[in-house]
Amino acid sequence: MRTHTFIVNGERVHVKIEDDVRLLWVLRDVLGITGPKYGCGINVCKACTCHINGKAFNPCSVRVADIKGNDEVTTIEGLPDTVGADLHPMQEAWLERDVAQCGYCQPGQIMAAVAKVRQAREAGHEVNDADIDEIRNICRCGTYARIREAIKEGATKM
Amino acid sequence: MQHRGSRSSGAPGSESAPRTPDKGIGRRRFLGYLVAAPTLAAAAHLGQSAAAPREAGAVIPSAPEASEISDLNDLMTAAAAPTSNLISVVVNSDGTASFDMPRSESGQGVTTMAAMLIAEELDLPLDKINVTLADARPELVFNQITAGSNTVISTYRPIRIAAAIARGQLLKAAAVELGEDPTRLTSYLGVIKAPDGRTIGYGALAGRAASQQTKQVEVTLKDPSEFTVIGTPRNRIDALAAVTGRKTFAMDLNIPDALPTMICRPPTIKGTPRSVANADEVRQMPGVTDVVQIATGIAVRAKTFGQCIDAVNALDATWNPGTADNESDDTVLDKIRQAESPFTVPKVDPAAEVVEGRFTFYFRNNAALEPNTAVADVRPDRAEIWAPLQTPILCKQRVAKQLGLQEDAVAVHVQQAGGAFGRRLFDDAVIEAVEASRKMGKPVKLMWHRTDECRQGRTHPLCTSRIRASFSGDNVLTFEQRHASVGTDYSHGFGEMLTATNDDDRPPVVRENDKGSAGQVFNLTVNVPYNFGAVTQSLDEVDTYGTFPTGSVRNLVNPDVRTAQELMVDQIAAKMGKDPYQFRREFVDDERLRAVLDKVAAEGEWGREMAHKTAQAITVHKEYKGATACLVEIDCRDETVNRKIRNAVTGPRVTKVVMAIDAGLPVNPRGLEAQMQGGIMDGIAQALTSSLHLRDGVLLEGSWDDYFYTRHWNAPLETRVIVMPPTTGKPGGAGEFGVASPMAAVACAYARATGTIPTSFPINHDTLSFNPKPTVPPLPPSPTNGLTFTY
Ligand code: FES
Ligand code: FES
Repeated sequence: MRTHTFIVNGERVHVKIEDDVRLLWVLRDVLGITGPKYGCGINVCKACTCHINGKAFNPCSVRVADIKGNDEVTTIEGLPDTVGADLHPMQEAWLERDVAQCGYCQPGQIMAAVAKVRQAREAGHEVNDADIDEIRNICRCGTYARIREAIKEGATKM
Repeated sequence: MQHRGSRSSGAPGSESAPRTPDKGIGRRRFLGYLVAAPTLAAAAHLGQSAAAPREAGAVIPSAPEASEISDLNDLMTAAAAPTSNLISVVVNSDGTASFDMPRSESGQGVTTMAAMLIAEELDLPLDKINVTLADARPELVFNQITAGSNTVISTYRPIRIAAAIARGQLLKAAAVELGEDPTRLTSYLGVIKAPDGRTIGYGALAGRAASQQTKQVEVTLKDPSEFTVIGTPRNRIDALAAVTGRKTFAMDLNIPDALPTMICRPPTIKGTPRSVANADEVRQMPGVTDVVQIATGIAVRAKTFGQCIDAVNALDATWNPGTADNESDDTVLDKIRQAESPFTVPKVDPAAEVVEGRFTFYFRNNAALEPNTAVADVRPDRAEIWAPLQTPILCKQRVAKQLGLQEDAVAVHVQQAGGAFGRRLFDDAVIEAVEASRKMGKPVKLMWHRTDECRQGRTHPLCTSRIRASFSGDNVLTFEQRHASVGTDYSHGFGEMLTATNDDDRPPVVRENDKGSAGQVFNLTVNVPYNFGAVTQSLDEVDTYGTFPTGSVRNLVNPDVRTAQELMVDQIAAKMGKDPYQFRREFVDDERLRAVLDKVAAEGEWGREMAHKTAQAITVHKEYKGATACLVEIDCRDETVNRKIRNAVTGPRVTKVVMAIDAGLPVNPRGLEAQMQGGIMDGIAQALTSSLHLRDGVLLEGSWDDYFYTRHWNAPLETRVIVMPPTTGKPGGAGEFGVASPMAAVACAYARATGTIPTSFPINHDTLSFNPKPTVPPLPPSPTNGLTFTY
């Protein structure tokens, strides 16, 4: 068992655990960071969506050993700090539209949305319906209509 | 906003207080309580009846069906009335108010609704009201079940009574402090003001307004014309917690030593463990602390859930057969076919034309996104439970019995649920966690894997619905519906032992069905909302509910029952040469239905030109003391149907939905809108993509990429929900209400776009669109290639 080190929400962490434990469980069960949710454990539901070096990824499907020392992992808890505010504009848009129902999927939805907007911009356009259609995050409460509106609105302030 | 004047009768116990004559007339006074406490606490009995009178119809009126006279909600509220106990609103010295709500919040917004009711009657801002979920309170007897969209209906008045009494008491205390007559004081946003401008905050008064003894008091509630909170759109009170990841679910709790625990489950439905060959070996695996056999499988406790998954998959277990090892979709359908009752109404008119239809609805999964979770800490003399529960009293009673403890030695803390949809009426996960904790002698945080949810979780039962209708000229003469279904488990009764039937001494897997409950629930929830002459509806059930794990999934039987009806309505309309909207307009048996129908037809541009292979459809639904109508547009063109998305079902796309709801009195129109949107997504899923495939005792689905609930790529591009202005003045249900009408509309639109009337649902069920995961080992291993999908 070795000690793994990387950066989570701006802070360096050290975790002594087996190499193949998936990062989601290191975050949730070891570090007590519970914003990323479990919904499947096989990279399908996307409830666990976080960012690694600014890009969306699913820690349920990444071994902790595959996170490098200088990798920066951002969970929903750390998202506001990435813009130096109390809330990220995408979170503000979520509040504005009162998107959440049970809220279980929403940390993942917001992290996916932020990454999607950036991805669209890198491809030279603003996020659109076709981009949103590519988001795989499940919302079993069916908040898709409000998510769609909130992403477009949040993007204008990002 | 105006400062609100004191309601003369707002001061409790002040019988001699002057009344404002015009305002007092026509208002009803209610009884509540001041509760002896160090700080101000006011209370009311939970339970009221709100039966809505049925309105006469036109054309050939149908005799009112059971659900129209007394629906399930009346039964639930009536069950509560004589025995219910008190719910209390407490005013704290920091100027906030607290309410410990004996209901479950699963996203349906009942805590926000409760806070709004308190804000209204107490004149306190929403953000100063803390609504928490009450522990199991057995003294509430029938009154701590969250089901049937009943919460707002049953709590609307009691919560307001308690809040109004609290406000009256604050005014009295302020009157003493300020040396004023209470009737000259006004309250506004947590501050009481004298005519001369002096003010005093609720916080400062909370202790002084406290009662020394518990006593009954009378109170008058606000007139609806004075409402400033009720009926206005408000955001959820937990929205900030949700978007920051701070909202805490059972799985997020940090209970000392409650380590992650999962269960290795049998390969077929409700199989049971026989033996484990390598328990000792598995105990040596990294992180693993315990391996014990329990009734439903082999429980594994470890430092992380990831290590639980690995340990579960490493177990070499043998299994006894399950309850349905030889059953597949086809065998169950055969049984259902044999159980189907014949039609009974004789042909009324020999010249009448007859239409018949038979529709099949396959098993659907009842899981929420948050899987079943329960934290249990079982000690020799007591137990403590944390779990999302729709029936906490029953859970407490069952755990006490399971452990041979007195009820009061078991504490059950109700947690916010990450979705419920009826699934959390059942405490399966708690019973497992308790058994594991007892056998391990340690606290556990038990979680079901997603694959467990798909394969061993509760389902909406497979069923068929047959309809025969006759019509002649411009009249529908008869309309008969025969519904036949795998048994639905209603064994939770009203959420406590008196009415529950799931607490016999046999093992949980072989409980008998309780046909009485299912028939009663069916009769109290279904109706045909049209004047169709002689109307009959009946239910036949096959299998005990011990055979298949079933449950009353969101909106119970009505998504299926109403979809079958509306498909037939379109056929009758076509045969009469009438437009689907005009036909419904003519035949609906309720003015409120007609109003919502007109609304969606107008707002949704009914009848507009549609491209080939795209179509509109329009439907209605009446339940939960309300009315809905839904207009959808669907796109069944090849380029849409054949969209390629990795590991996904695409198929036809619902491009636009316009839905209207008349909820009687919408307490929170924004919350109502959210509930309808959720219902729309469910309706789309159930009509087009979501089902389980049963093969030889195995439900083949194992994840969200197998079980195709609506995803972003199948969600409508345009969704509009119109909340109608108040009609009855009484709030109706919402949580379950939104599914039936959209599901029916999507089915009808599909029929109109393709020219083929679908007869089985979802329409893609016949194609297995995924490779089933193995059943042994039971869980799909977590991938390691997550970084290749970053974006
Ligand atoms: S839990 Fe990570 S994608 Fe589902
Ligand atoms: S809000 Fe409940 S799953 Fe999305």
